[in-house]
Amino acid sequence: MTTSFSISRRSLLGGALGAAAVAGLSACSPGSAGAPGQEASVSGGGGAEGYDGPPVELAFWNGLTGGDGPIMRKMISQFNAEHANIKVTMTAIAWAEYFQKLPAAVSNGKAPEIGLMHADDLATNAARQVISPMDDVAAALKLTEKDFAPIAWNGGLYQDKRYGIPLDVHPAGLFYNKTVLEKAGADPEKPPTTGDELMAILDQCKSKGIQGMWTSALSVNGLSSQTTVYQFGGKMVSDDGLTAEFGQEPAQKAISWWKGLIDNGHSPKNAAADGDFVSFTNDKAAFMINGPWNTTPLTALKKLKWGAAPVPNIGGEQLVWAGSHQFVLPRQQTVDANKAIASRVFVNWISQQSLTWATAGMVPARVTVLEDPEFAKMGPVTEFAKELDYIRFVPPIPGVNDVLPEWVTATSEAMLGKKPVDVALPEAAEKANKILAANQKKYG
Amino acid sequence: MTSSTFSAAQSIGAAVEATPPRKGGRLRLNHPATPYLMLAPYVVLLCAFVLGPAVFGIWVSLHDWDFLLPNKPFIGLQNYADLIDPNSITFEPFWKGMRATAIFVVASVPFLVLIPLGIALLLNRTFPARSFFRAMIFAPFVLGIAVIGVLFRYLLDSQFGLINYLLGLVGIPAIGWTQTQPWAWVGLVGMTVWWTLGFNTVIYLAGLQGIPRDHYEAASLDGAGAWGKFAYVTVPGLRNVLVFIVTTTVLASANMFGQSYLITNGGPGDSTKTAIMVMTQEGLRSFKMGSATAMSYILAVFLIIISAINFMALREREAKK
Repeated sequence: MTTSFSISRRSLLGGALGAAAVAGLSACSPGSAGAPGQEASVSGGGGAEGYDGPPVELAFWNGLTGGDGPIMRKMISQFNAEHANIKVTMTAIAWAEYFQKLPAAVSNGKAPEIGLMHADDLATNAARQVISPMDDVAAALKLTEKDFAPIAWNGGLYQDKRYGIPLDVHPAGLFYNKTVLEKAGADPEKPPTTGDELMAILDQCKSKGIQGMWTSALSVNGLSSQTTVYQFGGKMVSDDGLTAEFGQEPAQKAISWWKGLIDNGHSPKNAAADGDFVSFTNDKAAFMINGPWNTTPLTALKKLKWGAAPVPNIGGEQLVWAGSHQFVLPRQQTVDANKAIASRVFVNWISQQSLTWATAGMVPARVTVLEDPEFAKMGPVTEFAKELDYIRFVPPIPGVNDVLPEWVTATSEAMLGKKPVDVALPEAAEKANKILAANQKKYG
Repeated sequence: MTSSTFSAAQSIGAAVEATPPRKGGRLRLNHPATPYLMLAPYVVLLCAFVLGPAVFGIWVSLHDWDFLLPNKPFIGLQNYADLIDPNSITFEPFWKGMRATAIFVVASVPFLVLIPLGIALLLNRTFPARSFFRAMIFAPFVLGIAVIGVLFRYLLDSQFGLINYLLGLVGIPAIGWTQTQPWAWVGLVGMTVWWTLGFNTVIYLAGLQGIPRDHYEAASLDGAGAWGKFAYVTVPGLRNVLVFIVTTTVLASANMFGQSYLITNGGPGDSTKTAIMVMTQEGLRSFKMGSATAMSYILAVFLIIISAINFMALREREAKK
């Protein structure tokens, strides 16, 4: 009897320890220390007149939980060091949870002063009044379209009001593995620029027994297939936000192309969701179409010989999916004038510093940075920057991403052969249309 | 429930009153408010975090509710009507989710009830390193779903996973654990059983130790073998524990979320997208809290019915005694 009780007590202790450890792991926001000792010497030209009020602390929430998080933290440390009276603390929350927590914080009056969002989330959050319009910020900082890549700048608009100041644009890119290309007998310095060239190299790989480009039913729904939807002449959602166009022929062609990779032996049948990344980094596959945020993790792999290039023109039109990180100001229930000014100083400063951010592979949105000679030396990211002229965003419609679950399910079924492509996608689009109609009614 | 507690408290109070009152710093056990004060902390928490939100949820489910939008139109029972109208947006995802949930419950509960019972019987014997094994069986349960999720994503990876590698050694071709059915369910049920069986095992162990040793001795004297002891002493002795375990396991399995969310992302297709995942998408990603709440009430009604059936089926039958 006694032993058993001591056991359960021990197990309980173990449980408590385990729980504490998990809690410790999940609470991952050490924040960046300010720079004590330095007296106020706020840079004058920075955020309009800079900030010289009493010391303030600003909370900055974002979803940079991946390889890009440490780079943002580094930039914030630098900001804090240069601004003795402003201390910015960053909290990274995985994006999906971020969009749950931020609205809750806003409605409780506990919103952070600064947030980061993707351009395709701006409309939803603007309509739900999670974020405040910031035309005044752009005006005060004298920021105009000329300062930014136009599509990034326009991505910050919703109903002609400015809700976001762009930090970067992150288009899909083609990553190529030089070791594998050499093994296949292809030129490791000459990535394909068209679908035909890509296919020719994949066939070369196949003849050497290499499955050159892995795709997965679980993850093809993301930027890789969406890029090809645009290239085949389609859209995910119509510009008026009323029709899901991913049931139409261009999208069917796009998914058929990806399914073809499996059917023609360029990808294993049941690759895991991250199969493209894992096969690429293990020198098993020659290519992956993925986001620029892979730059940091790929660079960390010293043995890997890789390069990046614009996505080849597979579908006929040279277009590419892109996202854009935008700074936003979450709605405050009580406005603190000092914090408001300090936040602007921060946003302006950090968007000027986006050269550092470019080391994360993200294409800076600020023209001055894009034209900086230092930027031209930065490697992969300059390849992604070439795509700026032909990137595509989803239209700024509130709740536009609500249709994605239908797309995810349909692509999964189509890729696995559970339903023909020309059945799965139109069915999903029909359901998505109902969702768009309901959203239209809800957001008015 | 309250009334029976009250009368029980009254009789205890009466019993206490009969003994001479102690002087100085005595507990006023006989005061009529005492049982309620004892219950108060729990009741306050229950009201604040369970009953209050549950009642408020009914109100929410009667609206087209987004807590951030100023306009929350009252739509009566429309959210519920949509759930039984095959042409509505919510009908198909919800019932597919319910179906996936039902499959998971039916597939996982028998294992989660029977395997821990077997393990508890083993661990209840005396053998060297018994404490070690007891701790090991319970150990996975203390891990969070995030840890389990990452772990099994590696293990179940179709190309690079350890499980397919081991199967390959004995000549079994690679299985698409997250891409094909029924393997996706096999994987999810298997990992859930491994993860949570420790909890039920501990409950069973406690139950086994509550069975008086002389019952076994008496059974031996009557000539019962190992099976006889198990069937006529152990199982009846564990009846209440069994009711508890079946009920909590059904509820826990019906609330399955993290495994599908992290390992299969509801796939292949939407075959492992459970009801809770559907509600999360509806209420917390698409911000349609009204219809998501209505869904949760339908699920709750189902669970109440199933729990009631459990109690009925497993309760002690007075007539037979």
